[in-house]
Amino acid sequence: MDLSAINPVLLIASLMVAATPILLAAIGELVVEKAGVLNLGVEGMMIVGAIAGFAITVESGSPFFGFIAAAVAGAILSLLFVVLTQVAQANQVASGLALTLFGLGLSALMGQGYVGIKPPATPKLDIPVLSDLPVVGPILFSHDLVLYLGIALTAAVWAALKYTRMGLILRAVGENHDAAHALGYKVVRIRTLAIMFGGACAGLGGAYISLIRVPQWTEGMTAGVGWIALALVVFASWKPWRALLGAYLFGGVTVVQLNLQAAGVAIPVEYLAMSPYLITILVLVILSADKSSAPAALGRNFHASR
Amino acid sequence: MKLTSLLASAAMALGLATGAVAEDKTKVGFVYVGPVGDGGWTYEHNKGRLAVEEQFGDKVETVYVESVPEGPDAERVMTQMALEGADLIFTTSFGYMDPTINVAKKFPKVKFEHATGYKTAPNVSVYSARFYEGRAVQGHIAGNMTKSNIIGYIGSYPIPEVIRGINSAFIHARKVNPDVQFKIVWAYTWFDPAKEADAAKVLIEQGADVILQHTDSTAPQAAAQAAGNVVTFGQASDMSEYAPFPRVSSIIDDWAPYYIARTQAVMDGTWETANTWHGIGEGMVAIGEISDAVPADVKAEALALKAALGDGSYHAFTGPLKKQDGSDWLADGETADDGTLAGMNFYVEGLEGDIPQ
Repeated sequence: MDLSAINPVLLIASLMVAATPILLAAIGELVVEKAGVLNLGVEGMMIVGAIAGFAITVESGSPFFGFIAAAVAGAILSLLFVVLTQVAQANQVASGLALTLFGLGLSALMGQGYVGIKPPATPKLDIPVLSDLPVVGPILFSHDLVLYLGIALTAAVWAALKYTRMGLILRAVGENHDAAHALGYKVVRIRTLAIMFGGACAGLGGAYISLIRVPQWTEGMTAGVGWIALALVVFASWKPWRALLGAYLFGGVTVVQLNLQAAGVAIPVEYLAMSPYLITILVLVILSADKSSAPAALGRNFHASR
Repeated sequence: MKLTSLLASAAMALGLATGAVAEDKTKVGFVYVGPVGDGGWTYEHNKGRLAVEEQFGDKVETVYVESVPEGPDAERVMTQMALEGADLIFTTSFGYMDPTINVAKKFPKVKFEHATGYKTAPNVSVYSARFYEGRAVQGHIAGNMTKSNIIGYIGSYPIPEVIRGINSAFIHARKVNPDVQFKIVWAYTWFDPAKEADAAKVLIEQGADVILQHTDSTAPQAAAQAAGNVVTFGQASDMSEYAPFPRVSSIIDDWAPYYIARTQAVMDGTWETANTWHGIGEGMVAIGEISDAVPADVKAEALALKAALGDGSYHAFTGPLKKQDGSDWLADGETADDGTLAGMNFYVEGLEGDIPQ
């Protein structure tokens, strides 16, 4: 065993990369759930975003267009969920599960011609002096732009929910859609926008996996990250910063367990492999022991006549 | 009335015609563990399948199913193939061993060929390649190329085939560089680009400047390329899109001659259970072009080693060798027998860590 081989600076830098897809998807789903909608289709929207972003990046040669395409693809797929749950009043749980299954199948079809292809590299931030600083440089100033976007999005969602009128309306719709409707707010329209925002975020998270973290396309490559993001939202008590903490914790333990294995720690690999799930859930369950609770209208359909 | 009878006879004629055609054709099935576009293991098996089609043309029909998980699903896929009339089925991953044996029992007339396993039956053959000979060449180059003296190794599953590869690479890396150390990460998958990329990144962060992989995707190559100064080797396929650097050489599996020979045997009715284990000499294992990133003298030595392994004048496991616990394994000049190699479950002296159980 040789723990000195683990470089804490590089460890933190790579855990941020590992956490970003989960963070992006979780922040999107958090907004959706704050609006009172439970969309279990995160995994499906992520994987469609992953292949859409990958395909467009390969075809256009530009990761920038790729990420935009991923967000658009995720949002378009979420429109299907909108039609089912907001227009046709279908059950949200069933519709969300269907969305995931559909997304996995659709992405496998779309990705037929893209297996084993090498995508163009996504540029990283490189600020002459700052990126070369010891310790701080690799951790804070030498990532790709999407990683910063994830953190900025967390801050923006937190501020918007807490301080703006828009956030207040969104929360009102999520807590009591009848009251919000009586006050004259367009419940279905607000929820639709929230669902599309969630879809776009999930698509970005998926593209982050296929374009930066791996970077390659394979069927089912999101490998359950969407479900982790869903669980994170609940365990984070619908609070953006806690979702960030949870995502970094999960990414961190994932990276640490591989590091421990490479350093030759005598813990069976199976225990190391399950540790990210266990530790993340444990910490967030302890955190969520306060009195915060789910949006009151979560998962309930709204119709103006009732 | 007339019309229906006409239709019926037409349908019967059609049925007879297609039946007759199917009768002539030998149907060969392939079960793949990854997608055919993985650029590694499955890609090469699929090239073998295409070679069979090219060789026999109309006389053969091939079918394949890709990305079949090792386990009950594999059994389902094989059963389906056998029911659809396959005469010969190649199952191309270690984890298909028990499913192959199970399905073979149910279809005694169908011939099965299982890659890299060790269980045979009257209608089940096993075949594998002596990848460890290629690993010896890789180890030689890796030991010369490393500056940090840390070589990272991405293992798939702790099975004899993978452990042989680690031992062979390590022995030959140590020969040219006594300070060399191996860091091993077990990915517990044959094909998962995300996991493989993570493993490669971790190894690079811990100082490895050479990465050997026993997993099938090119994701570790991409991670090494991003790092900039890390040497890699193509696994199972040439992976030449990453040449000349980071990929400096590769082990290439060439299954085509074997697949053609076995299909021919089924056609001729001469197929028998066999246990085939071919290496560099027979051409089942090839060494991909050693790129110019490798110094000329190292390249010459590596090619000489390859030639010696090929003509049988040198065995990759030649004594004196000790096991990890310090006990004697092979005396001076003694070579390992195939039985020990086939069931290898120990590290040689100098490797650190334990093999997961």
